[in-house]
Amino acid sequence: MRILRKAALVILVTVFAISMLADAFAPIPYSLQFRESICAPASRQFPLGTDELGRDRWSRLLYGTRVSLLLAPGAAIISTAMAVLVGGVAGYMGGWWDRVVLRLIDLFLSIPWLFLFLITRALLPLNTAPIDSMLVTFAVMGLLGWAGPARVIRIGAQSLRNSDMILHAQACGCNGVRLILVHMIPNLKPVVLAQFWTSIPIFILGEASLGLIGLGVAEPLPSWGNLLRDLGNPHLIATNPWVLAPLGLLVMVMTCFQFVLPRKESFV
Amino acid sequence: MWIRRLARHVSAFVLTTLVAGLLGATLVRFGPGFEADDQRLDPRLNESSIQALEQSHAGERNVFQYYSHYLGRMLRGDFRVSRSLSRPVSELLVERARVTLQLMIAGIAGGWLLGLLLAVPAAVNRAPLYDLVTTCISGFFLCVPSAVLALLLFFANGPAKLAIALVIFPNVFRYARNLIIEAYGEPHVFVAQARGLSPTRVFVWHVVPWIAPQLLALAGVSLSVAFGAAIPIEVLCDFPGIGQLAWKAALARDLPVLVSLTILVAAFTQIANSTSDLAISICTRDRR
Repeated sequence: MRILRKAALVILVTVFAISMLADAFAPIPYSLQFRESICAPASRQFPLGTDELGRDRWSRLLYGTRVSLLLAPGAAIISTAMAVLVGGVAGYMGGWWDRVVLRLIDLFLSIPWLFLFLITRALLPLNTAPIDSMLVTFAVMGLLGWAGPARVIRIGAQSLRNSDMILHAQACGCNGVRLILVHMIPNLKPVVLAQFWTSIPIFILGEASLGLIGLGVAEPLPSWGNLLRDLGNPHLIATNPWVLAPLGLLVMVMTCFQFVLPRKESFV
Repeated sequence: MWIRRLARHVSAFVLTTLVAGLLGATLVRFGPGFEADDQRLDPRLNESSIQALEQSHAGERNVFQYYSHYLGRMLRGDFRVSRSLSRPVSELLVERARVTLQLMIAGIAGGWLLGLLLAVPAAVNRAPLYDLVTTCISGFFLCVPSAVLALLLFFANGPAKLAIALVIFPNVFRYARNLIIEAYGEPHVFVAQARGLSPTRVFVWHVVPWIAPQLLALAGVSLSVAFGAAIPIEVLCDFPGIGQLAWKAALARDLPVLVSLTILVAAFTQIANSTSDLAISICTRDRR
């Protein structure tokens, strides 16, 4: 199992490094259209062929991977930070504040995440610039994905508040901000990190689902979500099986995440 | 005791549902493009018709006023008329709920059946090869978006409706497998085995009651997961269900449909979770 975990980590790092160095590995710009080579099969010039607009699939796959692998952790940072703020404060303060936050968490968890995100994303302008659409998509995912992690962090903060260590610190006159910064947050770090890492694949899959229904990152900017839209054309899959490459890469990366992430049976 | 518990569930349910509806209404109202209306671009309309059209939407500008009027009418069974589809929302909901319910019931039943059928032998026999294969299969389905599964099934002339089952099954499999393994480590199961009870009897009488509460909790959550998976499946495979309606309404900024859907979905998941909570408390009371 340890070998598999190491292998998964190596694959993840390799995929991440290649996508970061996309300019070197894919010399053709992802939006450049070769009108004379529309839906071309794989060749030396186009390793994965071209799409229906004559754009190089290999370039689009590398740049799309970069978008998904860079911004999913970004969204995870936003959601984890919000979860720490809301859940941590609720767990530490207790009382009515805790009850209100718990109800708010229940409210967010009672609405299926994709439904909530679908409504929120669709309400934002759909004709925005590609870069803006990319930032909006992942920012909204980050802002809406805090409830699950907040519940876990709240429980962690609650048990920490009642621990001997915190009581001892309080008895020594340590209170307020110092107590939170020096004693609470460092002890919550394992829970927070676990929540951060488990959020990343959720956001990657979330973007892929939204991209498939046309509400993810806007064209011509590639992402795994909008690259998977080609799967809606069975004729294309039959003639050019390389269109399955984004799906293969997505499955491979998600599988690697499963091996690398802390073992926790969550149902999200 | 029971009445207090039930009252707490009911009040939490009502409050959460109402706040969810208000949240949905607020989101739509303050979303960009809310004031836009395609009808206003109709060249046949004169100034007074455009003014009348604007007047008809005036009540929707104040979100609290809109929501209170909406709730009042909802209590009388009137969910208003869809702005984009020009049909009563209640009619749309009834028509489409049937499709989504069929999709979800088939998906949840299939997912649980498949998950449990694979999990029980994996946990009871602990054969390494079987365990590895089933874990890999469930891991694969955890990594593929539900809509992709539906599309692949659709193009392979398979039942696209079963895509939800393939989304549910890996979670059920992993959770149930781990629970059963844990249950077999409990002292009362050891005692039952030491007394020479048959493996089937040990499983049915000592393992199943032990894991039932956690599985019930998972069942409550599966409804929410199934609905989340149904949205892209309905959109891409053109199933005229609630998920597709939500997508169309969101794109058209159809306030009456979106508020009704948010309330409906929040109420549905709250009922599912409360039912599983009550079932869990009944199970654990029997255990005590």
